[in-house]
Amino acid sequence: MVQGQQKTGLEICALKIWCGARRLVEMDHQISPGQITSVMGPSGAGKSTLLSALIGALAPEFRMQGRVILHGRDVTDAPIATRRIGILFQDDLLFPHLSVGGNLAFGLPACLRGRAVRQARVAQALEQAGLAGFEDRDPATLSGGQRARVALMRTLLAEPQALLLDEPFSRLDSDLRAQVRGFVFDQARALGLPVMLVTHDAGDATAAQGPVLQLTSDA
Amino acid sequence: MNHALGWPHAAAWAKTVRLFCVMVLVVPIALGLWGMILPAFGVVPGLRAAGGASVALTLAPWRAVWQWPGLWEALWLAFLSGVGSTLIAFALSQAIVAALQGGRVFGLVMRLLAPMLALPHAAAALGLAFLIAPSGFLARLLSPWATGWQDPPDLLVLQDPWGLALMAGLVAKELPFLLLVTLAALGQPALRGRVLLAQSLGYGRTVGWFKTVFPAIYPQIRLPIYAVLAYAMTSVEMAAILGPTRPAPLAVQVVIWMGQPDLALRMQGAAAALFLLGAVLGALILWHFGARMVAHWARAWNFSGVRGLWAEGWLRGGMLAVVALGVVGMVVGLLGLTIWSFAGIWRFPDALPQTWSLGVWRDVWRGGGGLLSALGTTILIALGATLVGAILALAWLGARPKVAGTSPVLWLIYLPLIMPQVVFVPGLQTAALALGMQGGVVLVMATHVIFVFPYVVLSLCGPWQSWDPRLALQAAALGAGRVRIFWSLRLPMLLAALLTAAAVGFAVSVGQYLPTLLMGAGRVETLTTEAVALAAGGNRRLIGAYALAQIIVPVIGFAAAVILPGVIFANRRGMSRVAIGG
Amino acid sequence: MFTKLGQIIAVALAINVGVQIPVAAQTPEPTNWPAVLDQARGQTVYWHAWGGDPRINDFIEWLGETAEARHGVRVQQVKLASTSDAVTRVLSERAAGQDSGGAVDLIWINGGNFAAMKSADLLFGPFAEALPNWRYVDVVGKPAVANDFTVPTDGLESPWAMAQLVFEHDSARLPNPPRSAAALLEWARANPGRFTFPQPPDYLGTTFLKQILIGVIGDARVLQAPVDPAQYTAQVAPLWRYLDDLTPHLWRSGRAFPANEPALAQLLADGEIALSFAFNPGRASAAIADGQLPDTVRSFVWQGGTIGNASFVAIPYNAAHQAGALVVANLLLDPEVQARAADPNVLGFQTVLNMDALDPVARARFDRLDLGIATLAPADLGPSLLEPHPSWMEQIAKDWSLRYGIAQ
Repeated sequence: MVQGQQKTGLEICALKIWCGARRLVEMDHQISPGQITSVMGPSGAGKSTLLSALIGALAPEFRMQGRVILHGRDVTDAPIATRRIGILFQDDLLFPHLSVGGNLAFGLPACLRGRAVRQARVAQALEQAGLAGFEDRDPATLSGGQRARVALMRTLLAEPQALLLDEPFSRLDSDLRAQVRGFVFDQARALGLPVMLVTHDAGDATAAQGPVLQLTSDA
Repeated sequence: MNHALGWPHAAAWAKTVRLFCVMVLVVPIALGLWGMILPAFGVVPGLRAAGGASVALTLAPWRAVWQWPGLWEALWLAFLSGVGSTLIAFALSQAIVAALQGGRVFGLVMRLLAPMLALPHAAAALGLAFLIAPSGFLARLLSPWATGWQDPPDLLVLQDPWGLALMAGLVAKELPFLLLVTLAALGQPALRGRVLLAQSLGYGRTVGWFKTVFPAIYPQIRLPIYAVLAYAMTSVEMAAILGPTRPAPLAVQVVIWMGQPDLALRMQGAAAALFLLGAVLGALILWHFGARMVAHWARAWNFSGVRGLWAEGWLRGGMLAVVALGVVGMVVGLLGLTIWSFAGIWRFPDALPQTWSLGVWRDVWRGGGGLLSALGTTILIALGATLVGAILALAWLGARPKVAGTSPVLWLIYLPLIMPQVVFVPGLQTAALALGMQGGVVLVMATHVIFVFPYVVLSLCGPWQSWDPRLALQAAALGAGRVRIFWSLRLPMLLAALLTAAAVGFAVSVGQYLPTLLMGAGRVETLTTEAVALAAGGNRRLIGAYALAQIIVPVIGFAAAVILPGVIFANRRGMSRVAIGG
Repeated sequence: MFTKLGQIIAVALAINVGVQIPVAAQTPEPTNWPAVLDQARGQTVYWHAWGGDPRINDFIEWLGETAEARHGVRVQQVKLASTSDAVTRVLSERAAGQDSGGAVDLIWINGGNFAAMKSADLLFGPFAEALPNWRYVDVVGKPAVANDFTVPTDGLESPWAMAQLVFEHDSARLPNPPRSAAALLEWARANPGRFTFPQPPDYLGTTFLKQILIGVIGDARVLQAPVDPAQYTAQVAPLWRYLDDLTPHLWRSGRAFPANEPALAQLLADGEIALSFAFNPGRASAAIADGQLPDTVRSFVWQGGTIGNASFVAIPYNAAHQAGALVVANLLLDPEVQARAADPNVLGFQTVLNMDALDPVARARFDRLDLGIATLAPADLGPSLLEPHPSWMEQIAKDWSLRYGIAQ
């Protein structure tokens, strides 16, 4: 996978976010490659706001200070599309109008040219996810665990340099949860991605084996 | 739970209501079509032929249409201006939403939607004509200092043989409508986050929108697009003001023939109208297959992973320019109309009139010129049609658990919007006469209901269905009956949406031309029929005054729809959301 | 609640559908005028009249007030885009078997529409010569009041205004306008894009074609008879030759045409064209008085004269308010009403009355009129040429549409 020369990870430098006069988030933290930092806190503590700030989709009513550095590259003011920070949401957001293969190819960079080449890369990713031969399946026919894996592969195929996880396992029941979680963490670690996991669930944080940051509602 | 409207025999009642609403939509159209098919084959209902000659079925009207040398040109014009303007308006509406959604300009666009929707077609056409004519407002503003023109240039800007002015007018009028239906379709919760996700995968916002959101939007706005296409191909008043005349687009020619005293020409007009209907169906089919081809091509485009980041700036800039052009055009157009209504002598190339005159408005105030009475008639008819339309719409929605995406029911509702007026309204007039109905205000009102009802249903069905049924459950658990749930819960909570839908219906009624003209036996004068009649006359002062009045009336309707809920629920923050596009 | 409302609506619709207020189908007898007046009192006359000119609409409104004050008859103008709409209406009613209680009480009509209605037996009458005010009409001096486009009126329509084609020019921009068909062509060649005419089959546009036809056809007398199909092509060939020469030099190179008389007038007011024409010698003065035309506009006629005709009112055979319509037709011939119509500040129409038949008071009303800055004195109007038979108008309008009305 393409990576930056200096793999310093995701640095969140003196980040502060306000909503009006109320300060929501204050954070100064570095996530090394392959490390998974968990962010926990009650609803309304600003977890989603933090993720929005990191990918560059902060709503206009928020004000933000501080820098976001990715492998030495300051991405604070970069558009979402060029930050190369992948994100997985609570909902898998598979596109219902595309096949499973189409969903994956959607993530694949355009510089990988030629139908056959792209198809081969999609097939490889499906195999990695234990879904070999699923290219032409309708996403609606997949199980929850399968959907989660496809969503992750789609994100990874875009070759992100960091990964944000917005409670991606909360919709899964407990058996599946551990299984999908393990899959996601393994893939991310294998690629050496700095990962930030936002979760309600202490089990997730434990499994992540990384630092745990608490956001309080009056940070 | 959607059966929150409860009646002793709910199921039977619902069936009756459904049947009644279907009849309101279908019967007049069927009658009108029948009233056109018969004369197209040489049979005029109830005719006692002069001289006792018997009337037999004949293909002569069809032959006459076929042999008319202007047929292909007129048909091509209808097709070109219809499909062209629909394609442009559709592409622009999607690109504007894709490129600008969430931004500040988009908020402005949303706020301007209501007044732009309320703008009757005739007024929009007149405003545009005043603006871009070689002796129009633009040329006056720029002459002679920038153009060197001392006399108006001999340029074929209006009524050009390619129908460009007509297309511009149609685009300006259809774009807001398509924006509105797109916004309504965007309300689906499943679409949230898609653009953000695409962006996090490296896509530009606009391209990301087209690849991830648009495929879900298109099926939702397909019928509105069909309605726009059918309208654009068959518009009479816009084509009469902006379109070419050698020959005119086929719809205008149909009205000309249908208005001739010569029976043969009227039969020819009926045949031409059915010909036009065939062309509209052909265009719809063509559009349908075109869309499938685009979808096929889009699959490859999706698979290629093209991010389109380079285009982002251009698209955003382009759409900002389109919005700016639209807003400036509307403002300057309205300004032009206003100035003309106060103008005395205004010679080219003066930017402003040499002398000013209150003449037109004074006449209006004194009750002369007919504007005040036309205003009264317009409002009376629109209020009546809207009231009936809204009651029918509520009854329909209450009786129908769900209006699914593209169900046959939705097709039914869209029928009066897709079926070209020029194809069935003249036949409806004949049918009404044959049934012994006197043309007049009530008949006009009843005919308007056919067009008002679908618009009210369409505006209302989104908010109606997104109303949280758990509230009804909660109320029922507290002992409220279904009638009470409707009157004291659902209706007040949907008041804003209902008023907006009523304002839409009101505006639709105000803008009706052909049904008013024909069903009113020429005796019912509304602002729109007067404005179109005057447009032929060319008195710009009076046209300006009428067009302004025609614009102001529906805008007041929309303003009321926005302001009233705020007044009624002044101290309820949860009720303050404006319901447009809901 | 809703079911009830539904019923109410259904009932309301049913009322509209089923019930018609029965109209007294008693046919008035024009010769018994007091009975006509009695019957007319309280009626509302729906006068179907072209509605494109607000000054005419205002005049009709004034007429309605006068009719109500004098005879208790209200007048409601039904503003038409084209007179044929009213003819169509009557035809539709007859087709539907509605032989009384019709929607059209009175039509402003002449020419082809009158010929069509007369030949289809759609008219009430004869009544015109029985009207009390008929005695003032100038039947001898203005033969057009009884011969409408060569078709004898036979008392089925009553005249109310005379009209003559006059040309208009802005003397500030064009001091010496062309005064014949040939001169016009010459001038248009030198000044392309500054002249046009309303698109036939518009009434005024077709009148212009007839004016040219009278000038270029060898023997204008053939125009007084219906078109002879065997001779027609050869007879009108000079007209098409002339138009082939003229059309490329018209406004917009002849690729677009104004819709009608007011649209043509607006082009003159905007300065888009330098030369215009109207079927009303007083129009230019009235428009100047109204501030719509610059006061440098003047009117003129062609050498050899221009086409003139009369405007009439007719009553359909099934009109609901025939007595009221008769009263209005008679009122239109009242010297006071005629003088008002002749006032350039009102309409500037020429009267149909015979000045010698009027009493001094009535006559003084006409003598007092200031015809206005742009209006020619009656003596300067030149000969009024007779209208050709309506079949000519129909045929050349149709042929023009085929030749020039469809882009090649």
